[in-house]
Amino acid sequence: MTVQDYQAEPAYNFAYLDEQTKRMIRRAILKGLAVPGYQVPFASREMPMPYGWGTGGVQVSAAVLTPDDRFKVIDQGADDTTHAVSIRSFFERTAGVETTTKTALASVIQTRHRIPEAALTEDQILVYQVPIPEPLRFLEPRESETRKMHSLEEYGLMHVKLYEDISRHGHIATSYAYPVRVEGRYVMDPSPIPKFDNPKLDDCPAIQLFGAGREQRIYALPPYTKSVSLDFEDHPFDPSKAAHPCGLCGAEDSYLDEVILDDKGGRLFVCSDTDYCEERQAQGHRGKDAA
Amino acid sequence: MSDHPLLSVTGVTKRYGAHIGCADVSFDLYPGEVLGIVGESGSGKSTLLNCLAGHLAPDAGQVVFDTRGHGPRDTITMSEPERRMLGRTDWAFVHQHARDGLRMGVSAGGNVGERLMAVGARHYGDIRGKAADWLDRVEIDTDRIDDRPSTFSGGMQQRLQIARNLVTGPRLVFMDEPTGGLDVSVQARILDLLRGLVRDMGLSAIIVTHDLAVVRLLADRLMVMKSGHVVESGLTDQVLDDPQHGYTQLLVSSVLQV
Amino acid sequence: MIRIENLCKSFTLHNQGSAVIQVMTGADLSVAQGECVALTGVSGAGKSTLMRMIYGNYVAASGHIFIGDMDVTRALPRDIIRLRRETLGYVSQFLRVVPRVPTVDVVAEPLRAIGQDSETARHRAEERLARLNIPERLWSLSPTTFSGGEQQRVNIARGFVHDYPALLLDEPTASLDAVNREIVLDLIEGAKARGAAIIGIFHDEAARARVCDREIDVSRFAGVQAA
Repeated sequence: MTVQDYQAEPAYNFAYLDEQTKRMIRRAILKGLAVPGYQVPFASREMPMPYGWGTGGVQVSAAVLTPDDRFKVIDQGADDTTHAVSIRSFFERTAGVETTTKTALASVIQTRHRIPEAALTEDQILVYQVPIPEPLRFLEPRESETRKMHSLEEYGLMHVKLYEDISRHGHIATSYAYPVRVEGRYVMDPSPIPKFDNPKLDDCPAIQLFGAGREQRIYALPPYTKSVSLDFEDHPFDPSKAAHPCGLCGAEDSYLDEVILDDKGGRLFVCSDTDYCEERQAQGHRGKDAA
Repeated sequence: MSDHPLLSVTGVTKRYGAHIGCADVSFDLYPGEVLGIVGESGSGKSTLLNCLAGHLAPDAGQVVFDTRGHGPRDTITMSEPERRMLGRTDWAFVHQHARDGLRMGVSAGGNVGERLMAVGARHYGDIRGKAADWLDRVEIDTDRIDDRPSTFSGGMQQRLQIARNLVTGPRLVFMDEPTGGLDVSVQARILDLLRGLVRDMGLSAIIVTHDLAVVRLLADRLMVMKSGHVVESGLTDQVLDDPQHGYTQLLVSSVLQV
Repeated sequence: MIRIENLCKSFTLHNQGSAVIQVMTGADLSVAQGECVALTGVSGAGKSTLMRMIYGNYVAASGHIFIGDMDVTRALPRDIIRLRRETLGYVSQFLRVVPRVPTVDVVAEPLRAIGQDSETARHRAEERLARLNIPERLWSLSPTTFSGGEQQRVNIARGFVHDYPALLLDEPTASLDAVNREIVLDLIEGAKARGAAIIGIFHDEAARARVCDREIDVSRFAGVQAA
C-alpha cells in the first residue's frame, strides 16, 4: 500500500503537512528525545485551526503518523468532545488513517490535559498539546533569562512557587501542570495534566512527545525516562484525587470529573477517561449511579 | 585580620564607545572591610560596581575573588555558571530600589527563602524558620512573613532586600545607594542595621553612594571618583577631613551642614 | 610608645588659587609608657592638627609618627584601622554616632570591634557609664539628644572602655562639672598607672598640672606661612 491509497483528500499531502515541514518537525522531535525535557524550538506552521486548539500537538502527530497507524484523540480524557472529534476527523480526512477510541488499540494518541488510565506500551506514542511549555514562565517573564536558568540548572525559583503554595494554603496547591525534574536534569512542564497523572509520566514504556504550537517548542520523554515531581522533604508530592469511586463503573483508581446534575446539589463523579469507564462497564463493573 | 585580600581589583576599565565608564581602577579589599565609593552622578561609580559584581563585562582588568573552594580566581574570566553561583552564595547585591532586588509577587518569606532554595534547601520548615529569623533580624514583624513586599513601606522593602541577600551568609556585599530615596529616619535605621550585620557577620562590603554622611558612618576606606577615574583614596575620615585632591575638597565643602 | 620625628604639615587649597598653608614644620616629640604629655599653645597653634595627624586623620607632608612599631605616616589604611581598634584610642570633643543606636551600644562598640561578645562588652560599657554618672534611664536612648556635658561623658566612657596602650585626649574635661571632672582625671591617672602613653590638650590648667608629666608648646613647631 502506498501513502496515496490512504489519501482521503487528494488535494493535500499525507497528514496535511508537506514532507519538508514534517522532516523539520521530526528533527526537533529526535533532538527532544536525545535531550529529555529540553525545549527544542521549531518553526511552527499555521494550521487550519486556531491556536489553543492543539496546533502543536497536531503538528507533532502529523509528523509521526504513518499510514499503518491507528489514531486516538482525547480531550480531558474524553473521546467525544468537539475538540477530540474535530482533530480525529481532521486526520481521517487528511491522512486517511484508521481511528479508534480504545486506548489499547491505538498506536498514536493525541491528548489534551490527561494521560489515559490504561497502562501504555512500548508500541505507543502519546502526543501532548501544550499551551505554555516554560515551567518558569510565571516566575520569570524573560525568555532569555529562563533559557539561561535551564542551561545552568538554576531551579531554585521553581521551589519558590511551591513554597508560596504551602505558605498560602498549608499544602502544595498546584494541582495541574505540576513541574517535574527529568532524569535529574531539566525541569519540565508536563502540560496541564492533573498532578494525579504525574506518576504515569515516570518510567513510561511509551514515547511521550510534547508540542506547543503558539510557543514553537517541542520536547519529549523517551521510553522509561525518570521523571520526578518536585516537592519538599517535609511536604512530599501527593497525587491526590477526589475521595469517591466512579459513579458509573465503580473504579476507585481513576481520575474523576464532577458532573452537576441539577440545581439542588445533585452531582455525579465519573471517570474522566471515557474509554476506561466504558471498558470497565463492559466487563460488568457498576457504580452506585449506574442506570 | 587576614593578610589575603578577599577581592583584588586591577586595571578595571569599561568604555561606552568613546565615553569612559571607568578607567584603570585598582584596589584590594580585605575580609571585614567596608569600602565606600563616592562621586557625583556620572562619575562612573555605578559602572565600576556593576563591573565588579559581574553585571557588566569590563573591557580590561581583573577582579580576583578569594573563593572558598579554589582560592583566588579571576571572576571576569571564570565561566558564567561559576560567576552566577558566586552571585547566589558568597556575593550579594543590594540595589538602590528594593523592587529591583525583590520579587514583588512573592511573599516576604519566599523572597528570603529563594536564595536558600537556589542552593539546594528542600525542607519547607527549615526554610521558613530561617526566613522568619532573618525577618526578625532586619526588624520586620514575623507576622508579615506571608505578605507581599508590595504591601511594605519603602524602608521595610529595603530591609527585606537586605535579609534576602544575607540569608546565605555571603562574604562580600555590593551595595548601590542602599539608603537612596529613603527619608532620613529610615536611612538611620538601615545604616544601623547594616553596621551591626557587617560587624557580626564579618562581611566585606563595597558601597556606592553620593552621600558622604553614609560613608562616614559605614565605610572604613573611601575611593573618590571623577570622570571614571579614582582621584583619591584612603581612610574614610582622612579623605573627608583632610582631602588632598581638588575635586574631593570641592565635594566635601559642598555638603550642606545641618 | 609614641615617637614623632621631624613632622611637617601643610594644607593645599586647590579651589582657592592652590594656596598652600604651612601649619607645622619639624615637630619632634616622644611619649613613654605611663607618661602623659600636654600639648599647649594658643588657639590655632596646631594642637588639634598634631593630634589628628597622630590618629591618621590628617595626612603628614613629611616626617614620621611611630606608635609602637608602626609608622602612621606610611601605614596602609587597614593597618591604621587595626591600630585604632587595638592600640590607639581617641577622645575627641565631638560625639559622632549612628543615629538611633542606644548609648550603651555606642560605648560598647570598641569592645565589640575587638571581638568581645556582646554581653561582656555591654556589661563593661554599663560600668563605665555608671562611673561617669550617666543616669541608667538614659542608657537605652541614643546620645544624639543628650546635653553637651552628657555627650562628652559618653564620649569619654567610649574612649576608656577598652584599655588602649596609647590615648589621645582632646579637652576631656571641658564642659564638665567638678564631680565629673574629678572622675575623668581619676580615669586618666588610672590609664597612666596601667602604662598607657597619653597625649592631651587641656585648657583646664589645674587638670593639666595634676595629670601631665610634661608640656610641649606646639607654637615652636609653627610653620612659615606661605604667601
